[in-house]
Amino acid sequence: MDRAVIEGDPYRLIEGMAIAAYGIGASKAYVYLRAEYPLAIQRLKDAIEVAKTYGFVGNNILDSGFNLEIVIKKGAVAFVCGEETALIKSIEGKRGMPKPRPPYPAVSGLFDKPTIINNVESLANIPNIIREGAGWFNGVGTENSKGTKVFALSGNIANTGLVEVAMGTTLKEIIFEIGGGIPDGYKYKAVQIGGPSGGCIPESEIDIQIDYESLITVGAMMGSGGLVVMDENTCMVDVAKYFMGFIQSESCGKCIPCREGTRRMLEILERIASGKSNETELETLERFQSVLHMTDLATIIQDASLCGLGKSAPNPVLSTLRWFRHEYEEHIYERKCRAKVCKELLTFTIIEDKCTGCTLCAIQCPTDAILGSKKHPHYINFEKCIGCGTCLEVCNFDSINVE
Amino acid sequence: MNNNAINEVIEKYPSAKREYLIPMLQDVQEIQGFVSKDSVVMIGDHLKLPGAKIYGVATFYNQFRFNKPGQFHIQICRGTACHVKGSVNVLESIERALNIKVGQTSRDGLFSLEVVACLGACGLAPVISVNGEFYANVDNKKLFKILKNLRKEGGTK
Ligand code: SF4
Ligand code: FES
Repeated sequence: MDRAVIEGDPYRLIEGMAIAAYGIGASKAYVYLRAEYPLAIQRLKDAIEVAKTYGFVGNNILDSGFNLEIVIKKGAVAFVCGEETALIKSIEGKRGMPKPRPPYPAVSGLFDKPTIINNVESLANIPNIIREGAGWFNGVGTENSKGTKVFALSGNIANTGLVEVAMGTTLKEIIFEIGGGIPDGYKYKAVQIGGPSGGCIPESEIDIQIDYESLITVGAMMGSGGLVVMDENTCMVDVAKYFMGFIQSESCGKCIPCREGTRRMLEILERIASGKSNETELETLERFQSVLHMTDLATIIQDASLCGLGKSAPNPVLSTLRWFRHEYEEHIYERKCRAKVCKELLTFTIIEDKCTGCTLCAIQCPTDAILGSKKHPHYINFEKCIGCGTCLEVCNFDSINVE
Repeated sequence: MNNNAINEVIEKYPSAKREYLIPMLQDVQEIQGFVSKDSVVMIGDHLKLPGAKIYGVATFYNQFRFNKPGQFHIQICRGTACHVKGSVNVLESIERALNIKVGQTSRDGLFSLEVVACLGACGLAPVISVNGEFYANVDNKKLFKILKNLRKEGGTK
């Protein structure tokens, strides 16, 4: 969303930064941008140059005697650098690891100078607010969440892209009216809001108004404003596992609960989703046991982590557990994945009547689990099958059944 | 490697301040495609930092690579939107088709594979990019076509 502002109207950001800098008396401002967005970087660079020639940034801006230099810093890709103290370290050329506060950056931040950190979207809102007045901005939104918010709609939804809505718009409106609903006739399952540290919102809560307070009541948060819609073909255990994997690899490693705890949680989730064929009794027992520990572990990670990444690391698990407990139970007790995503829990068979014996699957199967002779129906040796799904993909006759 | 190019990068940052470390590494990677050992040593001389410190910083960030990439550098998005749209399958297929794992370069030097978190084109998920060129809504069929064309292109060069 921030990228859209910078690519589409970089002057809004520059003006906002100039006003903010004037407000706090800062003479140097940094824009920290992801290196993956070269277009945004280029446009902002050009815009700063143009602004300089008009005297909107640089020395003695509009004869006010106020100076401002704007520097662009390309981030080197680390999720934790969204944390303000880590971001500062990264600009200083160090490993982006957060540090304890106080001292807060406002007292001692970048190069030990007082520093204020704001998000692009906030800064870009300033010029309009100053021009039109606070009343204009407050005219939209709910009592405690004012103005509008830009969301990035993606996932299993008909219209993807950016949408700007007034705070307090319901999730239902965003997904089914603006977003055009779920394509291909599938059913809505959940939406992930707020990125990896956020939470999911199930169908039962779809009438919720989107504002800061209401989101917290359902265990989600606004975060970056990403809205990923998931339909019934998404497995919530798999989603939790996916987020945990991401968080685990992005943990900076400073706090042990975050570094080790997220790894343990990932292992537990992996065990829940892992195959059944050759599990010993002890392993089964361990699998059950670890599940019991999961919420304890989550609380410890939340309590004992230093920064926002660690504190919110268990969120995806907690929120899927809260709303989709039955899916976990199915995975754990019945060893089934209803969305047919957790491949190791699936059984692949060949429907005899449909199989033409083309041998394609047998050739492609990485473990040689498919047997049969040409022009005769094949069958799958499920002791050898690793559930990779290759046969399902390659079969031209829809003759692979998955359960 | 091409040490002149590295020298040019270093000359762009005459004031040897620590804050220029990451921009320098970024410039080096842009030119060479990866961060070579030589470049780390040379940057270290310039900034008066031990090589280990530089590696410490460089390995912390996902952006930096330390192996020479292939002629076609494939980046596959493993962001949330792409995951929901099945990017694991695409990733597994690439690994199988090229017989390399993430972070490796194929023996013939043609392909290398890297995982990135969100390429910023979530509406087009799942997304892969080859040498910076984006391919949207990639499924296995599309993928095999892309790889086939790249192989052809690479073979003729
Ligand atoms: S909570 Fe995690 S990411 Fe944050 S400082 Fe601690 S280890 Fe690093
Ligand atoms: S999640 Fe793949 S481009 Fe954003």
